[in-house]
Amino acid sequence: MASPRIGSWIKIPKERLQQLIDTLASDGYRVVGPRIRDGAIILDDLTDIRQLPAGVVDEQDGGHYRLREDPTAGWFDFVVGPQSLKPFVLPPREPLLQLQRTSETWQTETPEIDDRPVAVLGLRGCDLHALSIMDRVFLEGPYVDPRYEKRRASLFLIGVHCRRAAPTCFCHSLKTGPALPAGFDLGLSELEEHFLLEVGSRRGAAVAARLQGEEPASGEITRARMATRALEQRMHDRPLHGDRRTAGRWLETDHLRDRLLGNLEHPRWSEVAERCLACANCTMVCPTCFCTTVEEVSDLSGDSVTRMRRWESCFTWEHSYTTAGPVHPTTQSRYRQWLTHKLASWHDQFGTSGCVGCGRCITWCPVGIDLTEEVAALGNEVPHA
Amino acid sequence: MPDLPTLSAAPASVDPWQPAFVEIVAIHDETPGVRTFDLAAPHGYTFEPGQFNMLYVPGYGEAAISISSHPKSPQVISHTIRRAGNVTGALFRCQPGDRIGLRGPFGSSWPVGRYRGANVVIAAGGIGLAPLRPAIYQLAAHREDYGRVAVVYGSRHPKDLLYRETFDQWRRADIEVLVTVDFADDHWTGPIGVVPTLLEQLPWMGPHTTLWTCGPEIMMRFTAQQALRQGITPDHLYLSLERNMNCAVGLCGHCQFGPSFVCKDGPVYAYRQIAPFLFVHDF
Ligand SMILES: Cc1cc2nc3c(=O)[nH]c(=O)nc-3n(C[C@H](O)[C@H](O)[C@H](O)COP(=O)(O)OP(=O)(O)OC[C@H]3O[C@@H](n4cnc5c(N)ncnc54)[C@H](O)[C@@H]3O)c2cc1C
Ligand code: SF4
Ligand code: SF4
Repeated sequence: MASPRIGSWIKIPKERLQQLIDTLASDGYRVVGPRIRDGAIILDDLTDIRQLPAGVVDEQDGGHYRLREDPTAGWFDFVVGPQSLKPFVLPPREPLLQLQRTSETWQTETPEIDDRPVAVLGLRGCDLHALSIMDRVFLEGPYVDPRYEKRRASLFLIGVHCRRAAPTCFCHSLKTGPALPAGFDLGLSELEEHFLLEVGSRRGAAVAARLQGEEPASGEITRARMATRALEQRMHDRPLHGDRRTAGRWLETDHLRDRLLGNLEHPRWSEVAERCLACANCTMVCPTCFCTTVEEVSDLSGDSVTRMRRWESCFTWEHSYTTAGPVHPTTQSRYRQWLTHKLASWHDQFGTSGCVGCGRCITWCPVGIDLTEEVAALGNEVPHA
Repeated sequence: MPDLPTLSAAPASVDPWQPAFVEIVAIHDETPGVRTFDLAAPHGYTFEPGQFNMLYVPGYGEAAISISSHPKSPQVISHTIRRAGNVTGALFRCQPGDRIGLRGPFGSSWPVGRYRGANVVIAAGGIGLAPLRPAIYQLAAHREDYGRVAVVYGSRHPKDLLYRETFDQWRRADIEVLVTVDFADDHWTGPIGVVPTLLEQLPWMGPHTTLWTCGPEIMMRFTAQQALRQGITPDHLYLSLERNMNCAVGLCGHCQFGPSFVCKDGPVYAYRQIAPFLFVHDF
């Protein structure tokens, strides 16, 4: 079969996702997708469509996450879990450099990267936006991180247009969802008995060609799009309905950068610091938090050394440590660093917000601190410096 | 933002994590707890005054260290290092002939070339003189291109004054050298006090003067305020900041200072760039 064009759609019966998994596996991909582990949906190896949490939805709120079955739910009506794409492009721990002492100097070697291509099923709009933000950090600055680059290049991305939002979602306020942006290889929309697959890339087209899909019937593409658009409308109308439980949160982005950077001495920072445990959960689950620290790991003789990069968080004491002491010694200064970076200085550094509105930091904060609420508490005024 | 000198962007194919191993050719004692390490420069190495390297001792880690030698003698690059902890401690246990890792140079530089014709004041505190020394060398070498030039330097004790033996050399090159200490000893005959106060002895400071400062952050804040009072404009006032640094290439997130990364947008900043954040507590 000739490859479908980029931008074209095919329709497959739901069970045929199995063939998609098998096709990717036979092309050498490690296929991962949503699976239930320890009561949460994460991305893990996927070989069989029966491993997908179809018919399950997630209840999420500040400091709260629970899965439950819902007879009305489709295959992908849960939203994002604690894990994002981040570990697939920036592993929590990885060697950067290996060194061996010789008689006069040190021999260096760059550790192999496990570059078996990875295909990820079930990514949302916010996930894809987060990835493009990470691309700006690791690929588009004056220096390119070669390990990120290699992993990123071999990702096959299968997105899903959301039909349901969790109360913690606020993608609509940042325009990162609930529909998928460009950047996927294949984009899924769920109908009753079928999936529609939108072809997003040449690689995606080559895979789609082998799924024996049919052309969608007239109106089906519109119907699929409408489901996502209706969700977006519900999210926008949320303040009218006051229905926070089913249709997400809202982050006011007007002058957001200046509202934050102009309010660095606002009393709210010390108020939130009284609740924040500085546990760093928010930074670990955030799909764009990219801070890392390199550690030395050496054998007993000291002749063989590995430089290990691991995730770091701006909530730790070490993050800002200098010989004059930590620059951010208090929880107040750390929470302020985190939030102003994410929502304000990120714009200066990378020309984009660092937040995609996925809500993970709200759900996984043990005390339910909600950044949308913190921002609202700073007020809508842009102070004049 | 003013068009600050930007760093030499590395070609994308280079692994920014890869150090070059270079030989320590000499180690000089400077002051108690401070030594200067002369390293054999990697082939083709050049740098601008104010830039820094990441020095690496395998098994211990890396430290950001400014280059303190003359930019025009690129075979040997010097680093004046205060023994602080883990990495600097390991460096202090090295001997000439040992090899250590080096990545760099990184960061922005003092705007030496841009201020030909202007008066220049260098205001340093403690080990903050080290990153300014390459600039002083350049000013001395092209002294006739500048108006008045002064080095205002302060340390805690007289014994902590760096590069004392070169002060007279600088004076002979028509550079005013004013030195102060926080605490005098029996032999000290110079002023006692802080750098900002000493600036008052330079009545010629004004709109045609540029001031470059490096030292403890609190000292730089007071120096900046004093310089502004004496008529220097926010565009012509430069500071070199220090933050925790891990990668030096803008990928690790540690060295952020508000909208910028100290490793790639700094360490040398125009005051105007950072003024809104410089006085914010714990920022
Ligand atoms: C741009 C720049 C230029 C510098 N130039 C010089 C110089 O010319 N001479 C000099 O003596 N010192 C300089 N420093 C400070 C020097 O980097 C630290 O003193 C050194 O990193 C301390 O490391 P340590 O392992 O010996 O200390 P430890 O206290 O054991 O450090 C532990 C950890 O904290 C980090 N760390 C500690 N202090 C600093 C710090 N101040 N900045 C960044 N990371 C830190 C280190 O990366 C290390 O991982 C400079 C710092 C910066 C940012
Ligand atoms: S800050 Fe919170 S809502 Fe925004 S991208 Fe990170 S985890 Fe998601
Ligand atoms: S905001 Fe919440 S998740 Fe983040 S450090 Fe504070 S307590 Fe932990």
